[in-house]
This record gives sequence, structure tokens and C-alpha cells, in this order.
Amino acid sequence: MNSISVRALLVRGMLAGLAAGVLALLVAYFLGESRVDAAIALEEAHSHHHDGGEELVSRTMQSTAGLATGVLVFGVAVGGIAALVFCYALGRIGRFGPRATAALIAGAALLAVYVVPFLKYPANPPAVGNPDTIGRRTALFFLMVALSVLLAVAAVILGRRLAPRLGNWNATVAASAAYVLLIGVSYVFLPSYNEVGKDFPAALLWEFRLSTLAVQATLWATFGLVFGALTERLLAPGTGTVAAGKSAANRAAAAAG
Amino acid sequence: MAQSAAPATVVPAITPISLKAIAPWAVFFGILMLVLLYFVGAEQGATAVISGEGVHEWVHDGRHLLGFPCH
Repeated sequence: MNSISVRALLVRGMLAGLAAGVLALLVAYFLGESRVDAAIALEEAHSHHHDGGEELVSRTMQSTAGLATGVLVFGVAVGGIAALVFCYALGRIGRFGPRATAALIAGAALLAVYVVPFLKYPANPPAVGNPDTIGRRTALFFLMVALSVLLAVAAVILGRRLAPRLGNWNATVAASAAYVLLIGVSYVFLPSYNEVGKDFPAALLWEFRLSTLAVQATLWATFGLVFGALTERLLAPGTGTVAAGKSAANRAAAAAG
Repeated sequence: MAQSAAPATVVPAITPISLKAIAPWAVFFGILMLVLLYFVGAEQGATAVISGEGVHEWVHDGRHLLGFPCH
């Protein structure tokens, strides 16, 4: 029963991730691609030593099929991971039903996996970034993601520990404050990079970064809502919410346990 | 913790899925998903398993717009 339930949740997570990837792809294509193209145009205007040659992948392929591959695979992969987190979190982080748990995980993932690392190491368009430092920048970016996720998990554990003493509200505030404090400390101690050229347009940089944020916000919001709807239906069939009745919740418990 | 102390008339708590049931899925699919993320986010950037530039060039726009350091 248990393993069937994990498998069913994992499949739904990956499907919800695919759906989220489709919407994120639309946002990336319509909001982001014009900024990527503008940045590439600037890059090519500046570096004349870039003597063309044959392109490995054409711009048209990069901005359509290539972009779709990247965003959809990303959606499915994070959807699967989020579903595994959901399997563990359901019934363990407080009195939340499947739909609320899915929404909370999606919101926390957007913050911990994207927004918090982004504030320290924001996304860069083509033409920004020194190829010589890509190794260090990549390592620091993934370190920041890992640190943020670990601290977020620690904050949830801390919140659960404090809840019996402080009450749910105050425990959540205290755990969040501890998370923000430690993230602030890591922002201060990790090295920063500013490799934006002096003549790179500030408006273009801002618009590009905002569109990457829109891509992630779309992805996680869609994932939370779709996965929440699918799990609610799976774990509490025939009712809108788990709270609708004791029998429905018991069935949910039976399905989950 | 908090669930067990709550009165039974309120929404009954959901029984958590046991760790034993989650672990095999989490290990196998967790690693598989991370490998997928690696190929979308970092392959042929800072490190490379496959030689050349094909993977990097193919997912180039996705990498930029998903916020990964690209080049």
C-alpha cells in the first residue's frame, strides 16, 4: 500500500512538473527570449574576434526546441523531487491536508531553491559573466542553493520543535527569523561577483532578471496548484477537501499509511 | 506531536507515509532527478562528462532563463 502510494505521488509530481514546465516555457519564450536575443546582439557587436564559423546549434533551435528541452526537463525533475519531499512532509509538518501541503512545499521551494540564491547570485544574460570564473561561480551558486535548502529544512525542524512551547504562529516566526538571519550571514561571508560590463544596459539586465524570476514563479505556482489538486483527488477521493468529513480524512489516512 | 494532542472532533491528522516506504523511491528517483538537473544546469559549463559543446549549446537559452550560471 505504502509503496503504491509513493509511486502514485511521484508520477503525479512529475506530471504536475511537466504541466508547470509548459507554462514556464511560455513565460520564458514570450518574456525572456527577446532579452536573450538583445543581449546576444550586444555581445556580437562588441566582440569582433568572434569569427562566426558554423554554429553548433542555431539561434532558432536554441530559442525553441533547446529552450523547451531545458525548461521541461527541469520541470519534470523538480516536480519529482518535490513529490518525494511531499511524501515525507505529508502529515509531518502540521495539520495540513494534501493540497495545503503541496502549496506550502511549492512556495518554500520557490523561495529556498530560487529566490534566496538569486538574491546573492542573480541570473545573468548572455554577454554578462567572465568565462574564466565560470567554475567558481557555478560552485558558489550550487553551494548557495544547497545551503539555502539545508537551512530551510533546519528551520522547519526547529519550528516543529518550538511549536509545543511557543504555539504554531510564534514557532513559525522564530524559525523563519533564524533562517533569514543565517542566510544573511552567508550572504555576507560568501564572495560576490559583479561581471556586468560598464556599457551593458541596466534596463536590459533588470528585465532579463525579472523574467527569470517570472519563469520560476510560474513554474512553482503551477506545480503547487496542479500537484495539490491531483494529490487531493488521490488521497481524499470524492470530496473537495480532507476537512469535508471524518470518513474522507480516514480514507486519506488509509491511502497515505 | 501537535496532532496527537488535538481533539478528535477537529480534522483527524493524516498518517504520515513511513520512511521505509519512501526511502527506495527517494534514493533511486532522487538521484535520477539530480542527474537530469545536472545536465540541464551545469554540463559542459564548469564541468563536463560528455566532451564538446553540444549539450551546452542545446540547453543554452534554458540555462540562462532558469537562472543557472551559463558562461
